[in-house]
Amino acid sequence: MTTATSNPQAGREAATDQQKWLHAYRQMVSIRLFEEQVNEVYTRALMPGLAHLYSGEEAVAVGICEALRIDDYITSTHRGHGHCLAKGASPDRMFAELLGKEAGYCRGKGGSMHIADPATGNLGANAIVGGSVGIATGAAFAAKTLGNDRVAVCFFGEGALGQGSLYEVMNLAQLWKLPVIYVCENNQYNEYTHFTETTAGTILGRAAAFGIEGARVDGQDVRAVNEVAARFVQRARSGGGPAFLQCDTYRYSGHHVGDINREYYRSKQEEQLWKTDRDPIKVLSKWLYEQGYADATSLDRITSEVRATMETAVKFAIATPYPSVDEVEKHVYA
Amino acid sequence: MPEREITFAQAVREALAEEMRRDSRVCIIGEDVAEAGTPFKVLSGLVEEFGAGRVVDTPISEAGFTGVAVGAAMTGLRPVVDIMFGDFITLTMDQMVNQAAKVHYMSGGHWKVPMVMRTTLGATRRSAAQHSQSLHAWFSHVPGLKVVLPSTPFDAKGLLKTAIRDENPVVFFEDKMMYKLKGPVPEDDYTIPLGVADVKRAGDDITLVATSSMVQVALGAAIMLEKEGISAEVVDPRTTWPLDEKTLIDSAKKTSRVIVLDEGYGRYGVTSELAAVIAEGAFYDLDAPVKRMGAMHVPIPFSPPLEDATVPTEQTVFEAARLLCGKNQ
Repeated sequence: MTTATSNPQAGREAATDQQKWLHAYRQMVSIRLFEEQVNEVYTRALMPGLAHLYSGEEAVAVGICEALRIDDYITSTHRGHGHCLAKGASPDRMFAELLGKEAGYCRGKGGSMHIADPATGNLGANAIVGGSVGIATGAAFAAKTLGNDRVAVCFFGEGALGQGSLYEVMNLAQLWKLPVIYVCENNQYNEYTHFTETTAGTILGRAAAFGIEGARVDGQDVRAVNEVAARFVQRARSGGGPAFLQCDTYRYSGHHVGDINREYYRSKQEEQLWKTDRDPIKVLSKWLYEQGYADATSLDRITSEVRATMETAVKFAIATPYPSVDEVEKHVYA
Repeated sequence: MPEREITFAQAVREALAEEMRRDSRVCIIGEDVAEAGTPFKVLSGLVEEFGAGRVVDTPISEAGFTGVAVGAAMTGLRPVVDIMFGDFITLTMDQMVNQAAKVHYMSGGHWKVPMVMRTTLGATRRSAAQHSQSLHAWFSHVPGLKVVLPSTPFDAKGLLKTAIRDENPVVFFEDKMMYKLKGPVPEDDYTIPLGVADVKRAGDDITLVATSSMVQVALGAAIMLEKEGISAEVVDPRTTWPLDEKTLIDSAKKTSRVIVLDEGYGRYGVTSELAAVIAEGAFYDLDAPVKRMGAMHVPIPFSPPLEDATVPTEQTVFEAARLLCGKNQ
């Protein structure tokens, strides 16, 4: 198998500012190019099911996960490839899972929407909108009860703001001062509907109602996301309780790969504006240039290396076998 | 093993207390489980021994705290959630059916959910349509869950201890009307495996397969039948999943006549499944079609004479058994 992108947790303490942000850059490029390959594999009809791409939202997953330890927990969503990669998953086993292969993270039984990996604290992506809010809060409950100072991050889209269970667990988390961070990725659209048509009041007002500390950041700026995430994680780890982070971002693709004709719910001009002016990879590369941390050549090298990794991962996934049909009744019960 | 008579509720409490002493990861989560000890007083005294960190009162948020239990079970605890009335499982369905039941399979066996949901079933408590249902068939339908239906204090203690030690989500249904039922229970540690039926009474002429609240009804009917010269065997599957098909089928082959009794709704219910299992497994030995007796297909009414008509009784089971044995007078 090909190796994972370098461990985001390794040697962080010793990393220089330059190393830290070049690593974040590499992670964001990994997500972008992973999703490009998913799009390619999907449109070549090699991938069964649905593909929900994370492109455009990379700064959120990377900004948050760069503030976490490998043994901290995350829960993810149907649009979860970015979270898995940012938490340290290996692209070859992810692609194998996407194709339903035995070498996949879930032996092919979960697929794109259910990647889970105990080794990186990934409790699983979830295809029920808001379905993992209880799991993330429960992981924080266990961490607090067991006294192991882990933190749980619950990623969800703004569509999950419509689910009542979110508010039930936010209430519990604040009552019990649990180390959980609710990360609302506001990519503007609940599937095919703009969030303003589905969301009364303000997003942060929901956190305020429970007395949970909240913040709103530009989700296209990985440094801004990371700064707040680091503060919230540190606070949760030291017993300060839950936090809520609203990240304003944008979903470049449709709801899924097949959602091509989108003009009825959003304009091409709007999509173009986010891509040209607010692309998270461009935003970070511009800053890296300004700092003198990178030049076009060094960033191109990163992109080429990542592209090679992704191409190898896809080849591996295509070549590796499906699970045996004998497998179908395994793992129903532990 | 020293044995004494205690109630069903005491047996449940004893199982929880013993498991909490044995394993510090076991905790109880639910509404009014601590100082109140639940409205049924099943948990009285546990918070005093184990503290509020392990007997955890929650807001009235069944979906929320059940979800918390799923996540906590995945990450090192062994929660026992308390859903006061079985009717409230509707509020936990996504957490149990889409999350708890599927986590192990969807993750290719990487994550486990060792949790127990304790809840209740049973009508005739004058609690009307939203506090009287027996909905265990719903969870029995879902791969990934195990469903336990104790019918005696002895079974309640042994099965609950096994459920808590199981690595899977287990739903444990207690009949509200049975909490005061007394029976012999060993003082010591013992467990009863899930998926092993128990012959509560041996007989030759007819098999009464009964679950939970219906076991006592079947035993009462068996005494009435004995006076008519009909020898009834009472078989309690004790768990609807895993299901001890062999014991049910063997009994059916021996007696050749079977009534299946369960307090859940008959339509598409536990009785239907058990009857089908027996019909498939004992077809050539049966002298009559397997008869099903469950709750009537109506919301449980409040008015006592109406409510009493909705569930099988010793008398109705007695009459049905006589007919099945060819005694029409």
